[in-house]
Amino acid sequence: MDQHAMHSMASGAAVLEVLGLAAAVVGTVGYLWLVTASRERGWPAGRTVSWLGGTLLGLAAVTGPLAAAAQTSYVAHMAAHLLLGMAAPVLLVLGAPVTLLLRALPVPAARRVSAVLSSRPVRVLTEPGVAAVLDVGALWLLYTTGLYPAMHRHAWLHVVVHVHMLSAGYLFSAAIVSVDPMPHRRGYPHRALVLVLALAAHDILAKLLYAGPPEGVAPAAGRTGAMLMYYGGDAVDLALIVLLCARWYRSTRPRAHRADPTPAPAATDLLAAHRRVNTSAPWPRSNDIVTTSRVFPEAAPGRQEISR
Amino acid sequence: MTSASLLRRQTSAASSLSHKARNTASGTLAGIGLAAFIDETVFHQLLHWHHFYDKSTLEVGLVSDGLFHALGFFAVVAGLFLLADLRRRQGLWWTRWVGGVLIGTGGFQLYDGLVQHKLMKLHQIRYDVDLLPYDLTWSLTAAVMVAIGTVLTVRTRAGDSRQR
Repeated sequence: MDQHAMHSMASGAAVLEVLGLAAAVVGTVGYLWLVTASRERGWPAGRTVSWLGGTLLGLAAVTGPLAAAAQTSYVAHMAAHLLLGMAAPVLLVLGAPVTLLLRALPVPAARRVSAVLSSRPVRVLTEPGVAAVLDVGALWLLYTTGLYPAMHRHAWLHVVVHVHMLSAGYLFSAAIVSVDPMPHRRGYPHRALVLVLALAAHDILAKLLYAGPPEGVAPAAGRTGAMLMYYGGDAVDLALIVLLCARWYRSTRPRAHRADPTPAPAATDLLAAHRRVNTSAPWPRSNDIVTTSRVFPEAAPGRQEISR
Repeated sequence: MTSASLLRRQTSAASSLSHKARNTASGTLAGIGLAAFIDETVFHQLLHWHHFYDKSTLEVGLVSDGLFHALGFFAVVAGLFLLADLRRRQGLWWTRWVGGVLIGTGGFQLYDGLVQHKLMKLHQIRYDVDLLPYDLTWSLTAAVMVAIGTVLTVRTRAGDSRQR
């Protein structure tokens, strides 16, 4: 790596550090403020903890010793990728920021947010397949083309890659686990299939990188990095699978004669959905029950206890 | 017997009949996941008999490997959630479930041994040894598991889970 590249990367990392700190402060203060604002309606502590944990993991990826090491080490870069692109997004999604926002805002403002969420671009982006391609597809682009070395030469590219990593990771986790109300939410089999394919694409890429690391990465570091990507990715993906199945399990509570699992239908009126969230229900199952009971009144929580 | 409890009993019997396919599905998924897990931890990571990546691997092999790894992970989680689902519906039938597990594990191992090892030559069980005894053990165990699993499944085809 020549001096110019080192310099660009250092400034890229510095910009990212400032950007990350600013985003973390805004995210934390904003979230806690919304929690206070919706205090009388109650907000599960687990969600707050999850949001703060996600913020910390994201921050660890772009500031401090790991971010510093990632400037020269491929393995450290891969660890940062796992934190920023996979682990942090899952925790942030479990923080259910959209539900919190809709709950805390006054009704007219909440309606505007709801309208944005139902808009076409958001609908396209939250389609699981699209989110998966944006997320895992970008990794293929990053590591199998000249993008990875180029990221070291251009400060702005360094920033863009990392911002994309977090946003695409969030989008993908949100589309798969779907804690927040979502326009035209896809059914569980659809999301499960996309998750398996995305997981496979991640694994295949990791193995390819084991054999041939990106330009400028030494073979030994390439192999360690690839194995970290493979097994670390597995750990996060396993969490995603468990979260998806747990919500699936909850949404298909038995009713008298219906044996087969019916995916929770999408909430078309987001505002109505979130206002009816049962806050006494343990985190994080509220939305599925609400959306299910909207269409199948017999699935309302009280009636399901019969089968116990 | 009151009519209410009779009705309940009938409903339960009817629903456990429809649970049969579910018992098999749950067991098979868990079995596939179990086989993938054992393959991964025992043979790859503990014994180092299999390799993380074989230079000889074909592209299609790499893809099928990744896909199976992903499916394996999903299968074991989904299979166990289905098991929990059967329990809460009081439709769990252990014999039938175990039959599914044997079919899943044996089927996966048979596929791995015949298609991945022999047909596609992705990797072998071991290296630098006479493979025949290893291959025979691998595939015959798999075949026996599938056979026992099939027998259990066929034998539980009649009746319902109340007579388990």
